[in-house]
Amino acid sequence: MKQIVILSGKGGTGKTTVATTLSTVVKNKIMADCDVEAPNLDIVLQGEVIKKEDFYGKESAVIDSDECVQCGLCEELCRFDAISGFKVNPLYCEGCGLCMYKCPVGAIRMEYEKTGEVIVSKIKNGEKIVYALLYPGADGSGKLVTEVRKKAVELKGESSYMIIDGMPGVGCPVLASATGTDAALIVTEPTMSGFEDMKRVLSVVEKFKIPSFVCINKWDLNEEVTEKIQNYCRENNITVVGKIDFDEAVVESLKRLKNLSEYKESTAYNQIIDIWNKIENYLKKGDVCV
Amino acid sequence: MRNVKISVLSGKGGTGKTTVAVNLAKVIDNSLYADCDVEEPNGYLFLIPDITKEIPVKIKIPEIDYSKCTLCGDCVKACRFGALAHIGKRILVFDHLCHSCGACFEMCPHNAIIEKDKIIGGIRIGKSGSVDFIEGKLNIGEAIGVPILKEIKKIINSYNDKIVVVDSSPGTSCSVINSIDNSDMCILVTEPTPYGFHDLKLAVELVRSMNLPMAVVINKSGDEDEIIEKYCKEQDIDVLMKIPFKKEIAKAYSKGKLLVDFDKEIKDKFKQLSGQVMELIKR
Repeated sequence: MKQIVILSGKGGTGKTTVATTLSTVVKNKIMADCDVEAPNLDIVLQGEVIKKEDFYGKESAVIDSDECVQCGLCEELCRFDAISGFKVNPLYCEGCGLCMYKCPVGAIRMEYEKTGEVIVSKIKNGEKIVYALLYPGADGSGKLVTEVRKKAVELKGESSYMIIDGMPGVGCPVLASATGTDAALIVTEPTMSGFEDMKRVLSVVEKFKIPSFVCINKWDLNEEVTEKIQNYCRENNITVVGKIDFDEAVVESLKRLKNLSEYKESTAYNQIIDIWNKIENYLKKGDVCV
Repeated sequence: MRNVKISVLSGKGGTGKTTVAVNLAKVIDNSLYADCDVEEPNGYLFLIPDITKEIPVKIKIPEIDYSKCTLCGDCVKACRFGALAHIGKRILVFDHLCHSCGACFEMCPHNAIIEKDKIIGGIRIGKSGSVDFIEGKLNIGEAIGVPILKEIKKIINSYNDKIVVVDSSPGTSCSVINSIDNSDMCILVTEPTPYGFHDLKLAVELVRSMNLPMAVVINKSGDEDEIIEKYCKEQDIDVLMKIPFKKEIAKAYSKGKLLVDFDKEIKDKFKQLSGQVMELIKR
């Protein structure tokens, strides 16, 4: 099974549009939505939930007030300002355990905190999609991403591909969504910020030595920046696998909560098919024809 | 005089958080714009500040002093993040996993751990016209932006009597909490699509859990605003402004232009927004 991760540097560039369209274009695959802070894949694919598992992502310190002698050492030692008034604020506690180790009367224990859920749902064509819900304010999204991917591998069956909708950004959860994949598709848009964010995410992918492909969404919005992106990619030996038009059909599909593949005549849909054909060609034959 | 803090957040990226934050900062007299989206700070592209100061942000990571270390392994046991490993005659430190909590340092019975500095990113300070500017940037691949956010907060506190506009991290994680805590008002930027609605609900939940006041701005507004408006009404959240969905606006954004600089109507809307926000804060 080949794993392809879709990344974007930042949100809103069209990552999920590409991912949901691929959900109908790519045959015989499992989808993993690793954007655990704002998972949107299942919203449009409208799968039927078949499994839910609690995720205990983090330990948090708990002070037993009956045992506590209010010496204040824990508050003094905590580097995350998570303790005040002999109470722990779980939003700030990193779960390092230092307070527990150092408490002279053993009044502190560490407890696993439920920070989210891993959900498996079945979409119309019978294929599965794995996603997660990180509770607002919870930490440890990197771990949850890893959990989603683990679950997807468990359930892959005979799938030929795993399509991963990655986390936005360039931090640890992005690393967790890209590590060990066979290719990365970076969706960017021709804006100043889109270009900057793309450069940052490319340097993340570079660390993994996996081939990255770029597609420029809404390319006709700013042809000058599109040109800049293309030049940058050429100079850095990164293949631009396609450009997607600023297409009203995409806006419509988003508003109506429909898959872009229901707009078969739209240019954007056909451009995404073309992008996939090139990537598949690469994955099968090791070269990409542009 | 104390600063007033207005935080702009969005549940997820791409909804127009930066657009609202930079334009709002621009129309407010005496404002300070703080870009807390440390993974992808983009505010500078629009505000084009003159940078007067750059400060590296460091965290403490352990280093083993082998003249004292007995390889007892207490540090490895203490670390709950797997950042230390005992292999052969060495204690390996995986600094990307280190949370700088100091547990290894405190638990070493032989004082064999030295805490040394590691740079994880930086802060740039400057000015864009009348707007004071602060930006944090995390080095690529670093796990935790929170130390940068804490430094930004300290710098903000060194200013007096400013209206601080915080451009928060996207999402709903601990970075967002650290960007928006103690806000006098949170502005939640959303767009009228089922996705936008879904993410807005997550952001509302987060802000509620922190007991902060909030209001909503609808970006890419059009004939589908109903789904957001209905929800906001039910939840008793004010919708303060709508930015219309227009290709010209997307084009201006793509060129790195401030909306208030090219569209008089939008400038008035932002002025009105700042007035309303200040009203709500005073209440």
